[in-house]
Amino acid sequence: MANEMASGQSPERVEDAALLMGKGRFVDDLGVPPGTLHAAILRSPHPHAEILDICATEALALPGVVSVVTGRDIEKLMRPFLVAVRSRIEHYPIAIDRARYVGEPVAVVLARNRYIAEDAAELVEVSYRPLAAAVDPEFALTNGASVLHPSQGSNLASERSFSYGEPELVFANPENRTFEIQVRYPRSMATPIECMGLIASYDSAEDAYEVTTHFQGPYAVHPVMAMALGVPANRLRIKTPPDSGGSFGIKQGVAPYAVLMGLASRVSGRPVKWIEDRMEHLTAAGSATNRVVNLKAAVDGAGRIHALDWDQIEDVGAYLKAPEPATLYRMHTAMTGAYAVSNLSIRNRVVVTNKTPTGLNRGFGGPQVYFPLEQLVRRIAIGLGLDPLEVIQRNLVPAIAMPYITASGGRYDSGDYANVVARAAQDGGLTELKARRDAARAQGRLYGIGYAACVEPTISNMGYITTALTPEERERSGPKGGAQATATVSVDALGGVSITIASVPQGQGHRTVMAQVVAPILGIDLASIRVSSELDTGRDVWSIASGNYSCRFAGAVCSAGVRAASELRGRLARIAAAKFDCEPNDVEFENSKVFPKDAPEKGIDFKRLAGESHWAASTLPQGVGPAISVTAHFSPDVLQPPDPEDRINGSAAYGFVFDFCGVEVDPDTGHIHIDKYVSAHDAGVILHQGMADGQTQGGFAQGLGAALMEELVYDEEGNFLAATLADYPLPTACEVPDLKIIHAGTKTPVTLTGAKGIGEGTTMSAPVCLANAVSDALNIEQIELPLRPSRVAAILEAQGR
Amino acid sequence: MKPSEFDYIRAADVEEAVTALANAGEDARVIAGGQSLGPMLNLRLARPEVLIDISKTPSLQQIKWDEHGLTLKCSATQAALLADAALLDRQPLLADAMPWIGHVQTRARGTVCGSLAHADPAAELPLLFSVMGGSVFARSARGDREIPSKDFYLGMFETALAPDELLLSVRFDLPKVGTGHAFKEVAERHGDFAIVAVAAMADAGGVTFGLGGVSDRPIIVRWEGLDLSGVRDAVEELALGIDPYDDQKADATYRRRLVRKLGTRVATEALERRHAL
Repeated sequence: MANEMASGQSPERVEDAALLMGKGRFVDDLGVPPGTLHAAILRSPHPHAEILDICATEALALPGVVSVVTGRDIEKLMRPFLVAVRSRIEHYPIAIDRARYVGEPVAVVLARNRYIAEDAAELVEVSYRPLAAAVDPEFALTNGASVLHPSQGSNLASERSFSYGEPELVFANPENRTFEIQVRYPRSMATPIECMGLIASYDSAEDAYEVTTHFQGPYAVHPVMAMALGVPANRLRIKTPPDSGGSFGIKQGVAPYAVLMGLASRVSGRPVKWIEDRMEHLTAAGSATNRVVNLKAAVDGAGRIHALDWDQIEDVGAYLKAPEPATLYRMHTAMTGAYAVSNLSIRNRVVVTNKTPTGLNRGFGGPQVYFPLEQLVRRIAIGLGLDPLEVIQRNLVPAIAMPYITASGGRYDSGDYANVVARAAQDGGLTELKARRDAARAQGRLYGIGYAACVEPTISNMGYITTALTPEERERSGPKGGAQATATVSVDALGGVSITIASVPQGQGHRTVMAQVVAPILGIDLASIRVSSELDTGRDVWSIASGNYSCRFAGAVCSAGVRAASELRGRLARIAAAKFDCEPNDVEFENSKVFPKDAPEKGIDFKRLAGESHWAASTLPQGVGPAISVTAHFSPDVLQPPDPEDRINGSAAYGFVFDFCGVEVDPDTGHIHIDKYVSAHDAGVILHQGMADGQTQGGFAQGLGAALMEELVYDEEGNFLAATLADYPLPTACEVPDLKIIHAGTKTPVTLTGAKGIGEGTTMSAPVCLANAVSDALNIEQIELPLRPSRVAAILEAQGR
Repeated sequence: MKPSEFDYIRAADVEEAVTALANAGEDARVIAGGQSLGPMLNLRLARPEVLIDISKTPSLQQIKWDEHGLTLKCSATQAALLADAALLDRQPLLADAMPWIGHVQTRARGTVCGSLAHADPAAELPLLFSVMGGSVFARSARGDREIPSKDFYLGMFETALAPDELLLSVRFDLPKVGTGHAFKEVAERHGDFAIVAVAAMADAGGVTFGLGGVSDRPIIVRWEGLDLSGVRDAVEELALGIDPYDDQKADATYRRRLVRKLGTRVATEALERRHAL
C-alpha cells in the first residue's frame, strides 16, 4: 500500500521554518478587531466560600475600564454545561453564588488593556463567607465533610460497580493468594509552554459567537458549549490559530473560557481578548485527576493473575467539567493492562473536592491505572519469590490470542507483547544492567531496577464515557459510539494539492505527516502538497471526534486522508483511463506523471490531468464527476457503543509499551540518578521516525516530571501551593536523561495506515517504572509520588541510614 | 500577571541613580539584572513607584582585583565574573560555587551585587560573601559607607542597606595563602535555589563554615583549631543547634539531615585541600 512507502522516513517538518524564524502565529500574535477589550479575571482566593456581594464601583471608575462582568450577569445568559453523568452538580464558567476552588473565576474585568484590567481587578470588592473545604477525596466522601454542591446532597458525583467473569469465585478459591495495594496518585499537569488564550466576539445581528482559540478538542465539547450558550452549533464558530505552543490535553480546558468570554463580549458589546498567564494556568487551567486506588489480585502459585478487583475514588475537583469523568472511563476497557485476566471487578466513585476541575492531560487516566497495577505486579513477584519480569511475562496477553477481547470489552487489535519484551531486554541490555546493579550493590550502593508493561489505548471511542451511565440510562439517551475523522483533499487548476484536516495540532507536525501519507497515493512530491490544519467550524468539515487527543492522528486522521486521496485518485484514474483507453485500475501515478501500466510512454503530467476538471469540465468523460475535491471520513468499525453488560471497546487500536530502567539513590540526599532508561513500543507502522521518537522522548519527560517532582499541592484547608513554576518544578534538559527507544511495531489492521498512537505510552509507563526501580533500590514494597529528594530521604532516615 | 504602574528611570551614572533614590526613598527599587525583581514585579509582590535601572550604566559593570580582594561594581553580571580568568586561581571558592547559581541564561543578566542585596536566604552568593568575608560599599545622597559582611544580613530579604542607599560595589576578601575551600548544595533541580548549601574555608587557624537555605540569613560559624578528627562532632553539634525552616521543598528534618551529611563532606574536603605554608 502506498502509505507504507512513507513509513519510517523523517522528512523535514514544514512547520519548522516559521517557528525557527520567529514567524509562528500563536493566538496572542494575531491581530484583534478594532475596539477589542482585554480581560483580566478576578479569581477566588478561597477554597470554598459563599459570595455575598460584589462591588465594582471603584473598579469601574478607573479610566480605561469598560465593564465588570460577574457570575450573576453570566447566569442570566446561559445554561449550565452538560455533564456526562446524571448529577445535580451545575457547572458554569464562573462562580455564581459560591466559589469552590482557589482560582475559580469570580468576575471578569474588561478594559482598554490588560494592565488596566489587572489594576481594576484589584479594586473589585468581593465579600465572601468562607466555608469549610473538602480537600482529601476520601474525607470528602465522609458524613462530616463539607458538601460542595448542596443540591447533590453529598460529594459523591457518580458511582458505578462492574463485574466481568467470576471475580468473587476466583478470589474465594483457596488455591489463589490475594495480593493487595493501596495507592494515592497525586495531581499533576502537563504545562504547555504557551498558556491558553482566545479572542471572542458576539454578533447580535445573527445571535452568533465567534471564538479564535487553540481549543484542541475533542470537538464533542463544541455542542456542550453551544448548548450552554443557547445557540445552534452553527452559531458558535471556533477558529484555531495556525500555531499552538503545546497542549498535551490541557487546552481542552479553554472551552469554559470560550463561553465566558463570548458572553463577556455579549455583555460589553465589544470583542474580548483574554490571554491566560502562568499563574492562572497552574492554578486553574485543569490537570490530571488525583486518585485513590485499592487494587487486589488473585494469583496462583506460578504467578498467574486470575482476577483483579479495583476500587477507585476519582477526584475531579470542584465540578464535573466536560468531558469528565472521562479520565476514569478512558481506561475502563483496559483495566487488566497488558495481561490476560478474565475476571474483573471494578467499583468507581467520582468525588468532587475543593480543587481545580480536572480535564484532559497526556496519558489520560493511564498513569493512575498503571501506577497501582505495575507496583502490584512487583509485589506479587516479591511475595512469590519470583523476578518481577517473570511475573510480567507469565501474564502477558499472548500474540496468538490477538485480537484479544479484555474482560471489560476492550478489543486489543494486534501485537506481540512477549516479543517486544524480549527485544527490549536484548537490545536494551537488560543483562548488563542487572550486572551493574549487582556490582553497585556489592559496594553498598543503593541501586534498583524497575519494569512496567502497559497497553496504550489510542483513537478513543466517543461512546466510552457513556459506560459511566447505567445500561438503562444509556438506553434512554440513545447509543453513542464511533469516532469520525475527516480529511479533504483537493487539486487546484495548476495541479497543486491542498489538504484540510480537523486534527488541531498543538505543535506535533500533522501537516508534514499528512503530506507524507498522501504524496505516494497521488504519485506526487511533498512540495506540491500544502496541508492546512487550521480549523474553522463555520467552514470546514468536522465532527465531534475532531481534535487532537488519544493519539488519533496517525491512525484515524491519516486514514481519512488516505481514504480521501484514494477516492480522488480513483476519479482522476477514470478520467485518465478514457484518454488512455484502458481500465481505471491500470492507471499508474508516479513521479508526478500519470500513465497506463503497460504503456508508460503515453504518460501525461499529473498537473495536466488534475487541471482538466477545472479548465475543461465539458470534456470530462460521461458519468465521471469532476476530480476536484474529496472529503472522506474514517470511523473504525470496532468502535461500538457499550453493550448491555457494560462491555466497551474504548479505543480503536492498542499499542504496547515495555519499559525498564536502572536508578541509583544518593544515600545522603535522597536524590535519584537515572542511570539507564529503555522504552520499547509497539505503535504499529511508524509514519515519521523522528516525530515518533520525539513523542516518546517527550512522553518520557512528562512521565519523569510526574514521577520525580511535579505535584499540584493543596494544603489541608484547600489553599493552593503550586501557583508558580518555582513551586511547581518541571524537569529541564538537565534532569531528563537520554532514552533508549526501541520500536517493535506490528501493523494494526484497524487503521488504513497501519499506525497506532505513540504519544502517551511513556507518560503512562515512566512514573511506575521509576517508582518500581526506586522501591527496588530501597528494598521496599511500594512508594508514593512524586519522588522528591525529601520524601526519599525520609525513607532512608526511617531505615536508619 | 502585569506589574502595577511605576516610573522608569534609566540611570546614566551613579549620581543620577543616587539622586533618584534620594527623591523616591522607600518607593523606589533598583533593578540591575532583574532575575528576582522581574518576577516579583509581575506577581505584584514588589510595587515600587519608581524603578531605577542601573544595568545599562557602563561605569557600574567593572570587575577589579587588587591586594585587598575582588571588587565588583553593582552592575557586573555573574557571567562576567565567571568568565574572569583570575577567578579560579584567586577566588577558587567562588569559581567552584558559581556554576550552581541559576543557569547560563540567568547568570548572563543576574548580577553579583543584585543577588547580595536581594538577600534570599537560599541564594548562594550571600552565603559565599558571608563565608569569604568582605564589605559592601553603599552610597546615598547622604554620603558613602562601608558595611562589613558580618553586619550586612539582617533577615529574610533584609539587609543593612537603607532605602535611599545604592549598593555601589562589593569586595570579597582574598583568602589567606594555603586556604582550603569546599562548596556543595542540594537543590531539587540543577539551577534551583538551594534546599541547603554549605561552604567552608579552612586556613591554618581553623575552619570558617557557612550554611545557606536553613535560616533567614546565612549561618556562619568559626571553628578555631578544628582538624579532620573533629569535623564530625562539630557538624553534628551545629546541626542540633540550628532550627531549619519548613517549606514545600523540604521539611526541617530533611534540612538538618543535609546539614549533617553535606556539612561533614564539605568541612572535610576544605581541610583536606588546605596546604601548609
